[in-house]
Amino acid sequence: MLCQECNKRPATLHFTKIVNGEKTEFHICETCAKEKGEMIPGTPNGFSIHSLLSGMLDFESSTKSQSPGHSGPQNLQCKDCGMTYAQFSKLGRFGCPSCYQYFDSRLDPLFKRVHGSTSHVGKVPVRTGGRLKVKRQIDDLKKEMQQHIVQEEFESAAELRDQIRKLEKEMIEE
Amino acid sequence: MPNIRFTEKPLSDWMRGEAADSEIVISSRVRIARNLQHLPFPILATNQQSEEALQRLTDILQYDDLGRFGTFHTLKISELDEIDKQVLVEKHLISPNLANESRNGAVLISDDESVSVMINEEDHLRIQCLYPGCQVREAWERATVIDDAFEAHVDYAFDDRRGFLTSCPTNVGTGMRASVMMHLPALVMTHQINRILSAVSQVGLTVRGIYGEGSEAVGNLFQVSNQITLGQTEAEIIENLHGVVLQIIEHERSARERLMNESMLRITDRVMRSFGILSYAAVLESKEAAQRLSDVRLGVDLGILERPSTAAMNELNVMTQPGFLQKSFGDKMNTGERDMYRAKLIRQKLGTTL
Repeated sequence: MLCQECNKRPATLHFTKIVNGEKTEFHICETCAKEKGEMIPGTPNGFSIHSLLSGMLDFESSTKSQSPGHSGPQNLQCKDCGMTYAQFSKLGRFGCPSCYQYFDSRLDPLFKRVHGSTSHVGKVPVRTGGRLKVKRQIDDLKKEMQQHIVQEEFESAAELRDQIRKLEKEMIEE
Repeated sequence: MPNIRFTEKPLSDWMRGEAADSEIVISSRVRIARNLQHLPFPILATNQQSEEALQRLTDILQYDDLGRFGTFHTLKISELDEIDKQVLVEKHLISPNLANESRNGAVLISDDESVSVMINEEDHLRIQCLYPGCQVREAWERATVIDDAFEAHVDYAFDDRRGFLTSCPTNVGTGMRASVMMHLPALVMTHQINRILSAVSQVGLTVRGIYGEGSEAVGNLFQVSNQITLGQTEAEIIENLHGVVLQIIEHERSARERLMNESMLRITDRVMRSFGILSYAAVLESKEAAQRLSDVRLGVDLGILERPSTAAMNELNVMTQPGFLQKSFGDKMNTGERDMYRAKLIRQKLGTTL
């Protein structure tokens, strides 16, 4: 089979592209694939994670922005670096730390799909993350307290309640 | 002139160490991505802003915090020539991305080359720790201490809910990518590799060729790494990866055992032929060299061959790459010349003269 682009070289890459449910088959040679940027993993200039992400984000916007009464996500813009949500969907990368805040309303579905989760539970900066550490400690204590209450161990639950209050007070004073 | 001692010898000092399971696991690596608060990510930063990031991050070298990991040397990417950049990529000390696209890009490399800190790559800061064999826990322990040393002096972009904020959404949260490079010839030969690789992807891990994203697995070398960075703690990610790697090691070992029991003559023949070709070929393409080197490595591991040593094999893997070949023999070469010099270099290394 000859390459459908140049009709000269033999087609070595065969793939199917599905856009909005429409299926297109490609049979092209490596040279034309490189020129067209339609590459697959395992080759230089390959199909990158960013183009994959960008595909997911476009899908996001085309399905959700059609609901009436809501401003489309394409109108979102980061006030710090100026990146728009449309640019973000195209690049698959944020422009600055504040983008996370300005695009926040759109990020949960993306993170859910990429990571299966939307919140960080790992390391916290040592110097600046003290507050979050205490917050997490309080959450853990609350869970533990609930367990004691369920098991009707009220004395232990009261001890934990006092610890929680103490930590919360310290946080407010800070 | 920048200090380019790192491009002169093929094998980093850290690779010489003996380590557990090193007949199957070549190396372990942990990379963490961090960014400075109040500055755009490198992709959008102006020249001045990326210069500022570089300045603030290299300033940290004046404090003692990093000293316990050896002396660090700063290389600015713009001051390196193309071949030196390529050699640093081949030694995994910098990423292809930093070599090609970075503005005000730099790398801080420790004496023994086990720590490399990339500045202005996709993120402002990428701390990378390398260990021989299966030591992914150790690599994380070191990376997190170095991370703390930087954080003591600069404010990171961090959000209570999203964690460490990175340029690419695939790194957000822990910003950590832990990976283990494995040599899995027996799983490839017994056609079990695809089944194992697809199982690995079910548990939040991914497998790539040795030069990372978009490259194929040459010479039966596979890099297993975590895919997920949000919603799991670093310890969970490391333990998950470690557990899966141990299982793959077991599968590879039993596949090797079976090959030796069931087709010892065939394997011995294959190993000896590859050793023969490496010893006497006048022209060697990179793909063939990688495959033959893989056979010889397996032959040494199985006791079919006595030499070369594992260190020598690791050295050959780097030396036969295009960048290093050009570095050793001088001047830019075309593919044909490289194939000739590649064969020559391997003959020299194996001590074959005709």
